[in-house]
Amino acid sequence: MATGIVVRKNQYYDSVFLMGVNKRLSQMRGVTQTAVLMGTEKNKQLLVDIGIRGDQVATVQASDLIVAVIAETKQVVDEVLGNLDQALLAVEGDAPRSGLRTFEDALAAAPSANLALFTIPGEYVYREARTALEAGLNVFIFSSNVPVEEELKLKELASERHLLVMGPDCGTSILGGVGIGFANAVRQGRIAAIGPSGTGLQEFTTLVHHAGYGISHALGTGSHDLSDRIGGITTYAALEALEQDPQTDVVAIIAKPPGANTLRGLGERLSTYSKPVVTCFLGVRSAEAASHGTRRVARTIDDAARLAVECFMGAESDAPTGLSDQELQHVADVRQRWSAAQKYLRGVFAGGTFCYQAQQIMQERGLRIHSNVPLDLGLGLENPNTSVGHTVLDMGDDAYTLGRPHPMIDPTMRKQRITLEGQDPEVAVLLVDFILGQNASGDPVGDLVDPIQRARETAQARDGELTVVASICGTEADYQDLSLQRRLLEDAGVIVFPSSTRAALFCAQLLEPG
Amino acid sequence: MDIKQRIQAANEEAVRRLTLGDPLLVDIAPAADVMPGMQGKWITHSGPPIEWERMCGAQQGAIIGQVMYEGWADRPEEVRALLDAGEIRLEPNHHHGAVGPMAGTISPSSPVWVVENRAFGNRAVCRQVEGRQQFGEFSEGALEGLRLWRDVWAPTLREALRRRGGLELSPIIVQALQMGDELHNRHSASSSLFANAMAVAICEAAIPTERALPTLRYLVGHNLLFLGLAMACGKAIADPAANIEASTIVTAMARNGIEFGIRVSGLGDEWFTAPAPAVDGLYLPGYAAADAGLDMGDSAITETVGWGAFTLGGAPGILTLVGGTPDEALTHSRDMRKITTAQHPIYRMPALAFAGTSVGIDIRKVVQTNIAPIIDTAIAHKDPGYPIIGAGLLRAPMECFKQALIAFGHRYNA
Amino acid sequence: MQEEVHRVFQDPLVVISVGVRTFAESLEHQGVEVIQVDWIPPAAGDQAMIDLLQDLL
Repeated sequence: MATGIVVRKNQYYDSVFLMGVNKRLSQMRGVTQTAVLMGTEKNKQLLVDIGIRGDQVATVQASDLIVAVIAETKQVVDEVLGNLDQALLAVEGDAPRSGLRTFEDALAAAPSANLALFTIPGEYVYREARTALEAGLNVFIFSSNVPVEEELKLKELASERHLLVMGPDCGTSILGGVGIGFANAVRQGRIAAIGPSGTGLQEFTTLVHHAGYGISHALGTGSHDLSDRIGGITTYAALEALEQDPQTDVVAIIAKPPGANTLRGLGERLSTYSKPVVTCFLGVRSAEAASHGTRRVARTIDDAARLAVECFMGAESDAPTGLSDQELQHVADVRQRWSAAQKYLRGVFAGGTFCYQAQQIMQERGLRIHSNVPLDLGLGLENPNTSVGHTVLDMGDDAYTLGRPHPMIDPTMRKQRITLEGQDPEVAVLLVDFILGQNASGDPVGDLVDPIQRARETAQARDGELTVVASICGTEADYQDLSLQRRLLEDAGVIVFPSSTRAALFCAQLLEPG
Repeated sequence: MDIKQRIQAANEEAVRRLTLGDPLLVDIAPAADVMPGMQGKWITHSGPPIEWERMCGAQQGAIIGQVMYEGWADRPEEVRALLDAGEIRLEPNHHHGAVGPMAGTISPSSPVWVVENRAFGNRAVCRQVEGRQQFGEFSEGALEGLRLWRDVWAPTLREALRRRGGLELSPIIVQALQMGDELHNRHSASSSLFANAMAVAICEAAIPTERALPTLRYLVGHNLLFLGLAMACGKAIADPAANIEASTIVTAMARNGIEFGIRVSGLGDEWFTAPAPAVDGLYLPGYAAADAGLDMGDSAITETVGWGAFTLGGAPGILTLVGGTPDEALTHSRDMRKITTAQHPIYRMPALAFAGTSVGIDIRKVVQTNIAPIIDTAIAHKDPGYPIIGAGLLRAPMECFKQALIAFGHRYNA
Repeated sequence: MQEEVHRVFQDPLVVISVGVRTFAESLEHQGVEVIQVDWIPPAAGDQAMIDLLQDLL
């Protein structure tokens, strides 16, 4: 036990400030007790009470500072007293919180605001979003589980005021080059996109970018917008706005199946649209092979990007569609390496749209594809945790994400599923998507490369080979380093494609009988 | 008129009364003379009603001290026997027009500050503020402080005050708020201003040196002196705003170390209570959080009228309680805006660009925003026999406001 | 009259973010002015209180 005292003559400090200093000193390692006080009579008595006395204390004046330390060793005492000046400096707090607790507070603080971004639980969105619309702001609602009646009321109000409701359950938009939510860094240009699916928009924008062109705006509409209940209110508003926008020459719509009435109405609207429109309604089976005037029909996201560029260029593209000869040859090589038991495909997707697209592409080739989000309602999964035959999974579905972040951010559920599928000796092909861009995981490939490798080793040990096929949605400007992500996959023996369309085409080819 | 309109009108009236409050120190008198309705052996205490057996250690210690000071018993064991036998009447200060800091004990011979609210003619009293007996210490030294107040300081001040004809307190409060006081735990400026005024009054009353000098020394050496006056002012200002039909404005916040209680204007005298919170604090040497009692005292009457921690933004000297930063203190003051109804026209806070203090705590807003009133307070030991051990910050329990809101709903919106 | 939507196409974005900070941060990285609201549900999500306040506030 050791004691030490320091007296600073004529150094006045506020008593409450000194209490804070005392707290900090007393928390240092090896310290038994500290006292940091002005030398008043009362305080000197306090020191005596805790066992600190002596001439030094007795002669102290009320305007002097006393610092006393009782510690385990002399070393500790010296260290504490040696750091006294540091301890007497005021402590800076953390960066101040905004102090704005309500949307109304923020409006008052920022009267020039033009967009409200909501990531609060769905049950509270209506009231806040309504306030935003009434104040003249456009609205981006990332939140899901907003009751559909409330979504309808919000969109009707927005319609009256010529404002946009992007959402609910909207993950992506790009406004004038600014990405909101999950978005890739793409070149600005004159092609626009509208859609209820974030990942659909993301892939479309990256493909346009890779083709050498750019995006004016990409407008998320929220996942229910094209249902008959909502009737496409935001889609229509977006179409109208883009028709008037001087920066936009071509518009593409990328969506999963709209409601029947909505689809019909949309077709009529598009027949009088003054700019070229490309539509891609995944899973829509109706025979719409021919384009009508300004409207071109794409069957896949790749197609949509190609057609949009063609509309913009006013000329047909010479970019190849479908798989190359080399890729087709690769199919034969790969099949040879499977064991006799291996025959099934398992798709483990973060992007829901890619899951739909994969089903469409494969079903068109006569394959029966099960899914937790089935295009063909007869091919749903009884148990979302048990794959059957060929199965593709949207891992962003509620069945897997309750209480967890989306698979674009958190790899846990996909890791588990990949491991599970890898243990099934009948699995021949594993199909995975990787999505880069802002707000996505910092290392999407790194997150999954271990379970992928182990799954491949398991197949090898059974004298077979697990074919892993992947697509990466991203650009060289995204922060995750696209070429590194690609290389990591290739080093792990994964066959990498630049789009989910091509990855699905390749898998379809792999599985085709004969 | 629907219920929302009724509440709005009622709250406007409550706030009107709060902002008209005009406190004048009129007397310093023995409690028995100015707290009618109490006879025989009685002690009033801080906080909502509570029986002797349930009281916390510090409040029991203070009561023991108060009994010995009155001379009803000489030793703690005798005191306990009296109390266990129910021979001493114990009631809340608030039920008798009074407030008291920490244990807040007032007995018949305690000289109390008497403040009159000239706008409405009502009066409120508060006991002296000191650092020992009100924290539960009942040693000779602690009781000596009570005796000196009774025998020397209070009578001297009373004589000087009467000679002067009373002392207006609003000007002191206005100035003190602009000098870095928050009128709960930081009273350096207000106490100085008060001491200045009373020093002159003592001289003018030609009080002999043998009483004047110790009294002046007492005034000059006590930098929390004005807290007793601020508390009496708070109650005198708040009381006229009580009992307004359909008003959701809080008229009292008080704690006894076991329970925290609030009263709401439209709900009359009913207390809405919850367990007293722990104080997040800093400690004097030799003490730590494990020694601390829970929140205690009627001093939250200062926050009730918009002073105290509500003005922390303007009291940088004490914002370092619990490592607070200037930005946090300003945030607290801004947050309190969100749970109150209006700004005071006279009491202003320089640190918030001279905005008026926040007046009229509305239980609806407290629940809606989930922002509970913030309070800064001294800390007593959990056991009897100790002086002050620290100071810190706490939040009034949300439970009190929710209960009050439910009761309000039953009464006015069934 | 499409001016309102066009404003968001042409004027610099000024965004009020209500909820988690991550989306706000990615906007700030792109040089967008963002005002963050430290939002909590009304009455901290206490449904009984929300119902009461519906009538009283």
